[in-house]
Amino acid sequence: MDGVVQLQKQLVDYTASLFHEGFLDEQFNQLQQLQDESNPDFVVEVVSLFFEDSERLLNELGKTLEQKTVDFKKVDAHVHQLKGSSSSIGAQRVQKLCIAFRNCCEELNTEGCLKCLQQVKHEYSLVKNKLETLFKLEQQTIAAGGSIPTL
Amino acid sequence: MMESCNCIEPQWPADELLMKYQYISDFFIALAYFSIPLELIYFVKKSAVFPYRWVLVQFGAFIVLCGATHLINLWTFTTHSRTVAIVMTAAKVLTAVVSCATALMLVHIIPDLLSVKTREVFLKNKAAELDREMGLIRTQEETGRHVRMLTHEIRSTLDRHTILKTTLVELGRTLALEECALWMPTRTGLELQLSYTLRQQNPVGHSVPIHLPVINQVFSSNRAVKISPNCPVARLRPLAGKHMPGEVVAVRVPLLHLSNFQINDWPELSTKRYALMVLMLPSDSARQWHVHELELVEVVADQVAVALSHAAILEESMRARDLLMEQNVALDLARREAETAIRARNDFLAVMNHEMRTPMHAIIALSSLLQETELTPEQRLMVETILKSSNLLATLINDVLDLSRLEDGSLQLDIGTFNLHSVFKEVLNLIKPVASVKKLLVTLTLAQDLPVYAVGDEKRLMQTILNVVGNAVKFSKEGSISITAFVAKSESLRDSRAQDFFLVPSDNHFYLRVQVKDTGSGISPQDIPKLFTKFSQTQSQATTNSGGSGLGLAICKRFVNLMEGHIWLESEGLGKGCIATFIVKLGIPEQSNESKLPFVPKVPANHGQTNFLGLKVLVMDDNGVSRTVTKGLLMHLGCDVTSVSSSEECLRAVSHEHQVVFVDVCAPGIDGYELAVGIREKFSKRHEKPLIVALAGNTDKVTKENCMRVGINGVILKPVSVDKMRSILSELLEHRVLYEAI
Repeated sequence: MDGVVQLQKQLVDYTASLFHEGFLDEQFNQLQQLQDESNPDFVVEVVSLFFEDSERLLNELGKTLEQKTVDFKKVDAHVHQLKGSSSSIGAQRVQKLCIAFRNCCEELNTEGCLKCLQQVKHEYSLVKNKLETLFKLEQQTIAAGGSIPTL
Repeated sequence: MMESCNCIEPQWPADELLMKYQYISDFFIALAYFSIPLELIYFVKKSAVFPYRWVLVQFGAFIVLCGATHLINLWTFTTHSRTVAIVMTAAKVLTAVVSCATALMLVHIIPDLLSVKTREVFLKNKAAELDREMGLIRTQEETGRHVRMLTHEIRSTLDRHTILKTTLVELGRTLALEECALWMPTRTGLELQLSYTLRQQNPVGHSVPIHLPVINQVFSSNRAVKISPNCPVARLRPLAGKHMPGEVVAVRVPLLHLSNFQINDWPELSTKRYALMVLMLPSDSARQWHVHELELVEVVADQVAVALSHAAILEESMRARDLLMEQNVALDLARREAETAIRARNDFLAVMNHEMRTPMHAIIALSSLLQETELTPEQRLMVETILKSSNLLATLINDVLDLSRLEDGSLQLDIGTFNLHSVFKEVLNLIKPVASVKKLLVTLTLAQDLPVYAVGDEKRLMQTILNVVGNAVKFSKEGSISITAFVAKSESLRDSRAQDFFLVPSDNHFYLRVQVKDTGSGISPQDIPKLFTKFSQTQSQATTNSGGSGLGLAICKRFVNLMEGHIWLESEGLGKGCIATFIVKLGIPEQSNESKLPFVPKVPANHGQTNFLGLKVLVMDDNGVSRTVTKGLLMHLGCDVTSVSSSEECLRAVSHEHQVVFVDVCAPGIDGYELAVGIREKFSKRHEKPLIVALAGNTDKVTKENCMRVGINGVILKPVSVDKMRSILSELLEHRVLYEAI
C-alpha cells in the first residue's frame, strides 16, 4: 500500500509541476474530467491524436518553409491547426508559440517563421516527453493497484 | 431902334450906386444859381440811391435858367442890342416854362418825400423794439444755459452734501450773489437749522423756529419770494453799518421721501417738509431781482429737490443691498452648518448602524442556535424572550436607518420587473400563520384587470403591504381582514379622502390601489393625523403593548410617496374597525422582452438540465484534436454525438433529428457562416431547424454580428469547459438563443 501511496504522491506532484511550469493549463483538467467509465482512455486517446497531428503539421511546416517562394497562407493554415490542437488539450506553451508564429506569417517574415518553427518543435518535444512520462506514471500507479487521483 | 424900347431909362448919375449893387447881386445870384446844380449833381452822383433824378434835372434846369436870366440881366442895364433882348426873352420864357413844370412836379413829389420821412421814423422805432426783444431773448437763453449748467452740476453727483454745496456755489456764481444759504428742517421739524452757506465755511448752527410768518409765506408758495433783509433767515452776517443790504429772495425746496412716490401717483406735497434757500444780492449794488433770475431760482430749487430725492433713494438701496449681503452671508453659514450637521448625523448613523447590527446579529444568531440545544422549559422561555426582543431591536435599528435615509432623500427605489400577484400571495402566506392563531379570517381579492407583471421596487412594495396588513392583524382581536387590490381610475378616487391627489394616466404606468379592511379596535378620528408621524403611539396602542415600534406607518408613507402615491386611513371610531388604503404608481413592463436577440448576457448559474441524454448533436470541426475533445465533452454530458470534419460532410450528415449543430467558424479555408446558411436552408420547417452554435476563437463584435447575420443561434469561445458546456446547452434549449458575454 505504501508504494501505491508513494506512486500516487509522485503522480500528483508531477502533474502539479507540469501545471506550475506552464506546460499544461486548465484545459488539460477538463480533459481529465471527461474521462469516466464509459471513456476510460479518453485522455490518452486525445493526446496520442495530438502527437500524430502535430508531427504531421510540423513536417509540413518544415517543407513549406524550405520552398523558394514560401506560401505563407499555407503556413498560416498549418499553424492555425496546430494552435487549435494544442489549445484543445491544454498545451499552453505550444499554443503561445503558435500565436507568435502566426504573427510572423502575417509579416511574411521567412526568417522569423523558421525561428518560430524551431521553437515550436522544441516546445513540442518537451511537452511530448512530459506527457509520456505522465502516462507512464499513471500506468504504474494503476498497475500497482491504485487509482489516479483527481486533482 | 433902341428908341422904341421900353426899357427903363437908366438914370446913371443918381442911381449909380443902386445900379452897381443890383449888378453885383445879380452876378452873385447867377453864380449861386450855377453852382447849386453843380453841387447837387456832384452829391447825387455820389449817393446813388436818390430816386428822383429826373426831378433833379428839372430843378437843375430851372436853376440854370434862372441863373442865365439873371446873368443876361447884367447886359440889360446898359443899352443893349436886339439880340440881347431876344436872348433875354428866350431865357425868360424857358425859365418860366421850366419853373412852372417844376412847380407842378413838386406837387407830386413833396408828399412822397414826406412819407419817406415817416417811414424812416417808423423803421427806427421798429429797430429799437427788435433790439429790446433780442435783449430779452438773450437774457432768457442765458438763464436757460445757467439752469442747464446748474442742473448738470447738481445732478452729476448723488451725494447729498455735494449736491447742496454745488447748488449754492453755482447759484452764487451765476447770479453774482453776495450770500446764499440753505436752512434745513431739524429732526423734530420745529426749527430750521442753517446747514450750508456759500461764503462761510462752517456755518455756526443758527436755528430759527419754523413757524415764523415770513417762512410760512415762503413755504406756502412754490415761487421765489422777496423777503426783507432784516428777517432772521437773511441776517447771516453782521451788517457793516452804512451798507445798504441787497435784496433778498427766498424759495422753498421740497424734501421728498421714498414713500412719497407711489406708482402712477405723483407725490403730493402734503408732507410739508421743506428746506429754505435764501439768496442775497450784493449790498450797495442797487441791483434788483429780475423776473428771469427769480425763475432761475425756482427751477434750481426744484432740481435740487429731485436730486436730493435721488440721493435719498440711492442711500436706501445701498442700505438694503448691504442688509441683503449680510443676510446672504448669514444664510450661507447656516446652510453650511446644516450640511455639516446632516453629514455628521449620516456618518454617525452609518457607523452606529454597522456597530449596532453586528452585535445584534451575534445575539440573534446565537440565541437561535441556543434554541436548538437541550434546554429546560424555563431556559427555553428565557431564550425565546431574548430572541423576540432582539428581533424587535434589530427591526427597530433597520427602521431607524431606513427612515433617516428616506428623510434625506437618499433612498432610491430598486426598480425592476416583478410578479405583482406573487407579491400579494407571499404577503398572504406570511400573515396567515399569525392570523390563524388569532382566528382571523384573511381574504385576498385581486382585480381581473390587475397586471401580472409590474415595474417597481418589489421589496419595498412588499414591505409596505406587509406593514399595512400586519397592522390590521395586530390591532384586530377577532373578525376578518380583507385585502383588495385593483387598478385605480380617476373616478374611483372621488369617494376617497385623497382630494389633493391626482392621477395622471399614461401609457406605461398604472396606479395600484390596495385596500385593507379590518374589524379591529379602530382609531379615534383625532389620532388619525398622528399615525404617520414617527415614534408617536396612540393611547390605545400603548396600553395594549402591541409591540409596534411606531415607525412602520411613517416608513410606509415615505415609500408610498417615493412611488408617487398616497396612503391614508379611515376609521369610524374606536372599536369600529379601520380601512387602510394606499395608491402607488407602477410601471407596465414591455411586452417584447423575449425577442430581443443581441447581447443578452446570460451565464446562468443554475445547472438546469444536467442530463442531456439522447440529445442528438452534430459537431463540425476540421481540427482533429479539438473535434475529439468537443465530442468527448458532449458525450460526457450524455449526448449522442456525430462528428464531421468538413462542410460537405456536415451538410450531408445533418438531419432533422439533430437538435444542435456545433460549427467551427474560425478555421481558415472553411466558411462556417456559409455552412450555417446551408444548414438552415436545408430545413424549411421551423421546428426541424437545428440550433446552430458557432465555436469561435474570439467573441468580438464582428464575429457576433456575422453570426447573427446568418442566423446562428449562439457563439461560444473555444476551449469550452464541461460546466460551461452544460450551462450553455441548458440555456440554449430553454431560450433557443445564447450569446455569451465577453
